[in-house]
Amino acid sequence: MSDHERDIDQHSGTETTGHEWDGIKELNTPLPRWWLITWYVTIAWAIVYMILMPAIPALPGLGTNTPGVRGQSDRVNVAASIDQLHTARQEDAARLLGASLQQIETDRDLQQFAMAMGESAFGDNCATCHGAGGRGARGYPVLADDVWLWTGTLDGIEQTIRHGIRHEEDPDTRFSAMPAFGQMGMLDRHQIDDVTEYVVSLTAEEFDAEAAVRGAEVFELQCASCHASDATGMRDVGAPNLTDADWLYGGDRDTIYATVFNARNSHMPAWGDRLDDATIKALAVYVHSLGGGE
Amino acid sequence: MTAIASPPARSNTSILTVGGLLAAVFLWSLFTVSQTSDILMNVHAWMFVILTGIGLAALLIWGGSVQDRNVFDQTKYEDTVVKFGVAASMFWGLVGFLVGIVIALQLTWPNLFYFPEIGWLNFGRLRPLHTSAVIFAFGGNVLIATSFYVVQRTCRTRLAGGMWPWFVFWGYQLFIAIAATGYVIGVTQSKEYAEPEWYADLWLTIVWVAYLLVFLGTIWKRKEPHIYVANWFYLSFIVTIAMLHIVNNLSMPVSWTGTRSYSIYSGVQDALTQWWYGHNAVGFFLTTGFLAIMYYFIPKRANRPVYSYRLSIVHFWSLIFIYIWAGPHHLHYTALPQWAQTLGMTFSVMLWMPSWGGMINGVMTLSGAWDKLRTDPVIRMMIVSLAFYGMSTFEGPLMSVRAVNALSHYTEWGIGHVHSGALGWVGFISFGALYCLTPWLWKRPGLYSIRLVEWHFWVATIGILFYMISMWFAGIMEGLMWRAYNEYGFLEYSFVETVEAKHISYIIRMLGGLMYFSGAAIMAYNLVRTALGHTASQSDNLAAESRPSAAPALAE
Repeated sequence: MSDHERDIDQHSGTETTGHEWDGIKELNTPLPRWWLITWYVTIAWAIVYMILMPAIPALPGLGTNTPGVRGQSDRVNVAASIDQLHTARQEDAARLLGASLQQIETDRDLQQFAMAMGESAFGDNCATCHGAGGRGARGYPVLADDVWLWTGTLDGIEQTIRHGIRHEEDPDTRFSAMPAFGQMGMLDRHQIDDVTEYVVSLTAEEFDAEAAVRGAEVFELQCASCHASDATGMRDVGAPNLTDADWLYGGDRDTIYATVFNARNSHMPAWGDRLDDATIKALAVYVHSLGGGE
Repeated sequence: MTAIASPPARSNTSILTVGGLLAAVFLWSLFTVSQTSDILMNVHAWMFVILTGIGLAALLIWGGSVQDRNVFDQTKYEDTVVKFGVAASMFWGLVGFLVGIVIALQLTWPNLFYFPEIGWLNFGRLRPLHTSAVIFAFGGNVLIATSFYVVQRTCRTRLAGGMWPWFVFWGYQLFIAIAATGYVIGVTQSKEYAEPEWYADLWLTIVWVAYLLVFLGTIWKRKEPHIYVANWFYLSFIVTIAMLHIVNNLSMPVSWTGTRSYSIYSGVQDALTQWWYGHNAVGFFLTTGFLAIMYYFIPKRANRPVYSYRLSIVHFWSLIFIYIWAGPHHLHYTALPQWAQTLGMTFSVMLWMPSWGGMINGVMTLSGAWDKLRTDPVIRMMIVSLAFYGMSTFEGPLMSVRAVNALSHYTEWGIGHVHSGALGWVGFISFGALYCLTPWLWKRPGLYSIRLVEWHFWVATIGILFYMISMWFAGIMEGLMWRAYNEYGFLEYSFVETVEAKHISYIIRMLGGLMYFSGAAIMAYNLVRTALGHTASQSDNLAAESRPSAAPALAE
């Protein structure tokens, strides 16, 4: 390298290092000053940060890491924030626990607190099935209308949330079981066709009148004990009204046939062990307010 | 220059050693097939049997025909294996981008693109397929192909190891095949970017050590007094990836004939090791490896000297020294002790300028040839890739700052960040290298069509912008939504609302990905036509005198 001739790049006027690899040379340009200064600044900043915050582990004579001049700790900070939140909520939460559901609805401040709490809890726990704002989905009841399978009262909603529906681990759960008429051989396929036609006739304009008449007899014998003779349902057993236009699974022939043949009997988990009392109360108030509360 | 040809007998021993290794793996796999009761292992052991069997048969047939011919002629470059690498890069690139579009569609319209009956099409299986296909299959093949090309030219000698470079190439493809099929049939050790199980890891270790030895051997017998900067970067990539791969994958198989294994790490130590690996895979695979490409192909294509030798030294050593400590910034506000978070963050901030050193050196190499940005879309692609590199290596340290990370972590911002680096930097510098290599390797006067390169450049650039901007938007929005509290201290938004809010961004991201893929498809067409020796109308091509030329043949 010492005895090569000085090789100057024509364009930049800068000397090259004198080496060449496959035609590639390198200029001996000094480090850009702004680059170096910026780098030094980031290093200085890093050192300052390391002095201020917990940083260097296992120094001799020090059992743990350097705590940092600011003595700042994430764990302490998080614990303090959570305490702060609990303190802020404490008063409202205590009033919520002390009040009956009806009292909550009449106390404007308390109701606003319950609604805020309920909305947040609903979004994280209930919206997965019942949809945002309780708009429902196929197989998951709409909570924002006045059609209720079991009940739409404040206490009834709280009971449903706390104990669930067909949640077998909970003795107080709401329970009923529609038989799978086809699977269990209680009705043959023709009878199911007929009773399907009858159920369709309750809401549809076009149907096979003869089959519906035959179906009405089957209905009276097999279905009326729960869905009532006029098919308007029975809330004690969660049996839906079949004469309105609201369907949980669908009101077309195929769906009704499948419902009669296989039964549905869907589940909702009991939330009593998963959510605290205040949250359950807030949820009851929130769901009750969605549009159909009774 | 007259190179001294090695005696054929000696060079041909590499055929025997490669054959011996393949035979050993073949027999071991056959044994596994006979012993295993694990159906997944059965699939993979059969793949090893069949693929090493094919390799062995090919080696026997070809090796038998060699006799005493000097097949590893030391007066010539080993370019055929590089040609295979270029083709493999193109192929895996298209596959990886396509799978990316599929999973973008799944996120955008989960009701349409969710297939509960076809488990292997689930997002959870396709996502690692996408990341590994683009990083390790596409990126890895580009790195192997370019490193084999560059180290020969800058050392003025044929690749060392005779048959071994071929083993590295095909062995790596076998690893990709095992990894990719593993993802879809459900073999995973659940470590991000290190999903393949212990036997695939062992195989990759063998391949990688062979790669290191081939590379070192070539540098060892170089005919140049000094080692070119690109080779420092390639070497740091090969050495560090070997270390990362081995340490992060240390595990105990449940059985020698089963797929499952347990990592030797647990809890927060597992997390830290994993992100030490994950972050440095970005640092030493996707950064130093591709900087090596930059250091050869930009000065070569621009026909200008590298801007600053001193900068290349300082930024090389500072980059590799500082990068290796920055991993803990992936674990801010977790169970990782706070002091480790502090160090991860401060080292990330100190990393900013060392990263930018490469960008400065690349972009400033163009001084004296700025007009080529206008006339040569291949140069433009590589310079724009450095712009994306500069942007994402600024964004990285910024996101590593704990206060910023509190907003950005776990959001789409992270996805946007990695894709500006992946699509912009890694993708574009690779495309630039492939556009250079194809005419050089197949000895064509130029590309089939420069106009198609223009199309590729613009379609892909706009695609990247779609991708980045939509993900910034979605990420910052969801980060803000997650931390929004109402006046009573309850969360303002439920998780599902934040997902709903991202729908439009997801559509735009998917379109961006589609554009990027379309650009790559245009490139593939262009490169295939180039290799076949076709030329589009002369008017849309670079004037002959401005075409950058390949390195001269070795014996000249």
